[in-house]
Amino acid sequence: MPSDQPVPPADGLLLSARGLHKSFGDNHVLRGVDLDIAPGTVHALIGPSGSGKTTVLRSLNGLETPDAGTLRIGDLSLDFDRAIGRRERAALHRASAMVFQQHQLFPHLTVLGNATIGPIRVQGRSRDEATEAALALLDRVGLREKADAYPSSLSGGQQQRVGIVRALALQPSMLLFDEPTSSLDPELVGEVLAVMSELASEGWTMAVVTHELGFAHEVADRVSFFDGGVVVEQGSPEQVFEAPQHERTQRFLQRMRGPFGG
Amino acid sequence: MDWELIGSSIGPIVLGAIQGTIPLTAASFALGLTIAVLLALARISGVAVLSAVARAYISIIRGTPLLVQLFVIFYGMPQLGITLDPWPSAIIVLSMNVGGYAAEIIRAAILSIPRGQWEAAAMIGMPRGQALLRIVLPQAARVSVPPLSNTLISLVKDSSLCSLILVTELFRVAQRIAAPSGEFLLLYAIAGAIYWVICLVLAFGQDRLEGRLDRYAV
Repeated sequence: MPSDQPVPPADGLLLSARGLHKSFGDNHVLRGVDLDIAPGTVHALIGPSGSGKTTVLRSLNGLETPDAGTLRIGDLSLDFDRAIGRRERAALHRASAMVFQQHQLFPHLTVLGNATIGPIRVQGRSRDEATEAALALLDRVGLREKADAYPSSLSGGQQQRVGIVRALALQPSMLLFDEPTSSLDPELVGEVLAVMSELASEGWTMAVVTHELGFAHEVADRVSFFDGGVVVEQGSPEQVFEAPQHERTQRFLQRMRGPFGG
Repeated sequence: MDWELIGSSIGPIVLGAIQGTIPLTAASFALGLTIAVLLALARISGVAVLSAVARAYISIIRGTPLLVQLFVIFYGMPQLGITLDPWPSAIIVLSMNVGGYAAEIIRAAILSIPRGQWEAAAMIGMPRGQALLRIVLPQAARVSVPPLSNTLISLVKDSSLCSLILVTELFRVAQRIAAPSGEFLLLYAIAGAIYWVICLVLAFGQDRLEGRLDRYAV
């Protein structure tokens, strides 16, 4: 639903983006993206690679700055038609926490160090409090005994679970996941998705860029299908996966299911 | 073999190393690294003026002989009314020289850290300066250990040039003993051997340091 005329977001939403545009050189990757996310819901962003879904997600955390459009997260409102200052970008970083595709854990810090450096060095919480909170989170994802290990000694699935703990430890209002399982070996995907499902059922607000359509179908409350820099189709997982209206959505789903109907 | 001469000269030469070569090298290396980090940051700052100044500095330092740099400061500057003693001259020139060479090592090391690490630091709320200090530089330090060890080992040997601006270090002590005795081969061989021992110790230290830092090797 591309729109060049930004409209004010409806009430009751945690996040509302209108008319996001972004170009990298000649490549116009976002061509007017709208996105609404209600608190406590999981929003899956699906679509072929290069469709703009990752750029949207990164924009939500301030890692990319759209050229045009508006974004509201909580009580933070940004208008990308004006230049975004350092302070606004910092506020955007604070508003959510991201889990990266390649985990991007800090290799020179232990697992515990990764989970506490933000709370201690950025948020100014006490070391004892941050450590206790981080250990409790590690416990929840089954990695408490790895607290003193370095990331390089962990499996891909464990690294990604630490990435989730690092994000949770920041106590954000929203979690962003950028293809969190696509660089994992297939047998490690499940343990990460399991943690994400658990977070969803606890009521975390989540935006998830994913190729795991089964996960999106089962866990997401809303699904946006991206293609060519716009949201082509948006709705409940049942609508998008079982009765896709748009031809491009139908073709994508068919391709993803593969020739063997997987 | 003149064992008596060997016995009586080793003490003063080693003392020259302990009182001259080693502190001169250590002070110059520490100051030089500080200069190098600042130059590297200037080069990657994206500020055209800073980057150009750093580039010119590095070009001049790397493009002129260390001996010429020492002579310009020690013998040349007095003509401008700036007279410096041998030690300050030596430390200034050696640290400026190390700064020029190590700057490129540190710049390359900083650039070798993936962009995703900067992004992860930004995501957890770190401003760029803090991300540099807490996330990027510690990782860049790990990458720079082998090339910086080369720089340090070269510096130990290059410090012998400071004998020519009257710094009493290892080589100058050997020269002083050699001149009256005429035993040039023996004394310069001893001097060389002591340089070699110092460098062996440093190479051993490098191995230990790399081993320690390898615990988080990616």
